[in-house]
Amino acid sequence: MRFATEVATMTGSLGNVGYGLAAIGAGIGIGLVVSKTIESIARQPELASRLQVTMWIGIAFTEALALIALATPFIFGS
Amino acid sequence: MPRKQETKLFAQTLSLLNAVVKPVAEGDGGFAPPTIGEFYPEAIFFAGTPFEINRIMLIRLLVLTLLLVLVMAWTRAFAKSYANQQYVPSRFQMMGEIAVGFVRRSIAHDQLGEKDGDRFLPLLTTIFFMVLGMNITGIIPALNIAGSSLIGLPLVLALGAYVTFIYAGIKKHGMGFFKTALIPSGVPSAFLPLVFLIELLSTFILRPVTLALRLTMNMVAGHLLLVLCFTATQFFFFESEGLFKIMGIGTFTFGFIFTLFEILVAFLQAYVFTLLTTVYIQLALADDH
Repeated sequence: MRFATEVATMTGSLGNVGYGLAAIGAGIGIGLVVSKTIESIARQPELASRLQVTMWIGIAFTEALALIALATPFIFGS
Repeated sequence: MPRKQETKLFAQTLSLLNAVVKPVAEGDGGFAPPTIGEFYPEAIFFAGTPFEINRIMLIRLLVLTLLLVLVMAWTRAFAKSYANQQYVPSRFQMMGEIAVGFVRRSIAHDQLGEKDGDRFLPLLTTIFFMVLGMNITGIIPALNIAGSSLIGLPLVLALGAYVTFIYAGIKKHGMGFFKTALIPSGVPSAFLPLVFLIELLSTFILRPVTLALRLTMNMVAGHLLLVLCFTATQFFFFESEGLFKIMGIGTFTFGFIFTLFEILVAFLQAYVFTLLTTVYIQLALADDH
């Protein structure tokens, strides 16, 4: 299998790919949170301020996972 | 054997791509992407002692001094206008009223109600202005690094929030706080051990950790992004040849946009940190459902 060895010689860190994968989850999550908030505000504009506060809380929790992924190399790496 | 040929072609393309990409990325050995070493600058004073002071520490001390002076001036302005019965605020006082009133009205009173909101207002205001002041240095020219981009300062603030919400819970419910926090009512008894573990992890371990990590990592990522953009601009303008110089305009534009974005992030992180602290206190104060 010459091909396999050639691929294995590619340089760089697999961690980058890992973080990219981790970011997908948070990206989808934040997208869902914001889109639902926009829908709700469109239906009931008078609730906008309260919904926005809830949205920021939701984003903060969703985003935390991607940020933990960003921190893992420093924590577990060396 | 078309399949074998395909893989061979793929491997060849990869190696070709490597050959093309590498000289651009490394150039004449001039381009150095930012590393995590950015956040560990050389010590300036007291090197080797536990009180070592480096660039980030100096920035933190500077911000702290500025914040103290600003807030004391605001307090004095408030007190003076109150003593003189002068109810038309000056421009400086207006700024203070808007800033302090924002935390009071749209964070504390909205989430906790007037009575409890005012009880915890000192902590919330401190956290908000501290985080905002430390974050904003990330985009101030000549300072250029956020005071909160090392875990120490966010950790202290997060611990403050942690201690406060546990204190709020114990003050209100006694030891029942831990019972309602760890064993929610209405859970089937078969699931209780699992729920207990999850609640223990999420309430008492992950809350302070995520508070600190969210702030730190936002600032770290933002700073690295800005450094990447501007070192690339410098590289393209002054060290690369011919058409690559044009790419410098692109990286500079990106750097500028990200600088604006960082201002937003600085405010947003201060808001989110304070809001989450408030929500944690609110959850601790809430009665069992």
